[in-house]
Amino acid sequence: MDNVYSCFFSDMGFLNVAISLIIGISTLIMIRIFYVIYWSSKPLYSKPPGPLSTLIVLGSGGHTAEMLNLLAVMQMDRFKPRYYIAAATDNMSLQKARVLEDSLIKKAEVEVVGTSHFLQIYRSREVGQSYVTSVGTTLIALTHALWLMIKIRPQVILCNGPGTCIPLCVIAFFFKVLGIRWSSIFYVESIARVRRLSLSGLLLYKLRMVDQLFVQWPQLKSKYPRANYVGRLM
Amino acid sequence: MGGSDDSVKSKRIVFVTVGTTCFDSLVRAVDTQEVREALFKKGYTDLVIQMGRGSYIPTKSTGEDGSLSVDYFTFSSSIAEYLKSASLVISHAGSGSIFETLRLKKPVIVVVNEDLMDNHQSELAEELAERNHLFCARPQTLYQTISGMDLGSLVAYQPGDATPVANFINRFLGFNDE
Repeated sequence: MDNVYSCFFSDMGFLNVAISLIIGISTLIMIRIFYVIYWSSKPLYSKPPGPLSTLIVLGSGGHTAEMLNLLAVMQMDRFKPRYYIAAATDNMSLQKARVLEDSLIKKAEVEVVGTSHFLQIYRSREVGQSYVTSVGTTLIALTHALWLMIKIRPQVILCNGPGTCIPLCVIAFFFKVLGIRWSSIFYVESIARVRRLSLSGLLLYKLRMVDQLFVQWPQLKSKYPRANYVGRLM
Repeated sequence: MGGSDDSVKSKRIVFVTVGTTCFDSLVRAVDTQEVREALFKKGYTDLVIQMGRGSYIPTKSTGEDGSLSVDYFTFSSSIAEYLKSASLVISHAGSGSIFETLRLKKPVIVVVNEDLMDNHQSELAEELAERNHLFCARPQTLYQTISGMDLGSLVAYQPGDATPVANFINRFLGFNDE
């Protein structure tokens, strides 16, 4: 037995073993990635699940208005606890989310108090920021996003466009690949996007990192067949 | 929303809004004599300009000399009241502003800011204009749009509904709908 192994190592050499290992592991990862992408697009549960922890990514202005519009028609007892994330420099969005949560507490018959959390995340890049400094701030933002995702590990992610959602969605995708947490990622493209997807939407669509992408105009459905056309939300 | 009734001297206010942006070219265009005269000819009596972060200051006017009365301010915590009391709205192309105005069923001219990089805003304004929900213009063509507009050609915008998306998400996740 020993002879076989010593022959193996002396003939193959350490480098060849390392290369074989890398190829083997890469293949496994590729298979796992294809598995994740394939099953992400399929409906998740066949029976109603219990409440799902949900991450809601808020962006400035119009983005937040559209997201709150959607949340107003979703059953809050199915999506809890809810984590709202907005960029650190965005002052309005978390406030508006709190107002929504307060109105839900007033309306609800089921227990919703204490099921919502409001968090801030560092932005990868501010509007007009130089691209050179953006590299540094993006790395900081990615680290912060990773930290938040490890803490939250949401089962559902809702986002609708701002750049803040990209690091979170990418990390969620890798959590799926690594088996850390399976998140169902839903992306609703903004109503302001009629003929072209936003950069965030395009990235997530092309890289197949979202489970379902929704568009609000029929032109986008023709251009991006895997998207779902659901009419306008506003 | 059609022509003004000459026997009743009521105010017909034109409200111009740029939101939180800087849109000097719009404020400048509205402040030109030809645009003010075109609005006056169409029966409007007052022009109120919300100029946001712009640096161009329009000229106030009381309108006593038989012309348009002009006033301006920078920001307001809520422009809802201004929108409600307006007979015509001239707005920048932000989606929030557009839909807030359409919800109030006000006739609106949406002006696209060509100085913005990556002007995706024009897509929404053009699409809604094609569907006759509003008029679309650039600062340089504002005068022509005002002179040639027919408010009767506007079709009311039916507010959207987020329920189909919510239903889709629920079904995808396996929740039954009662």
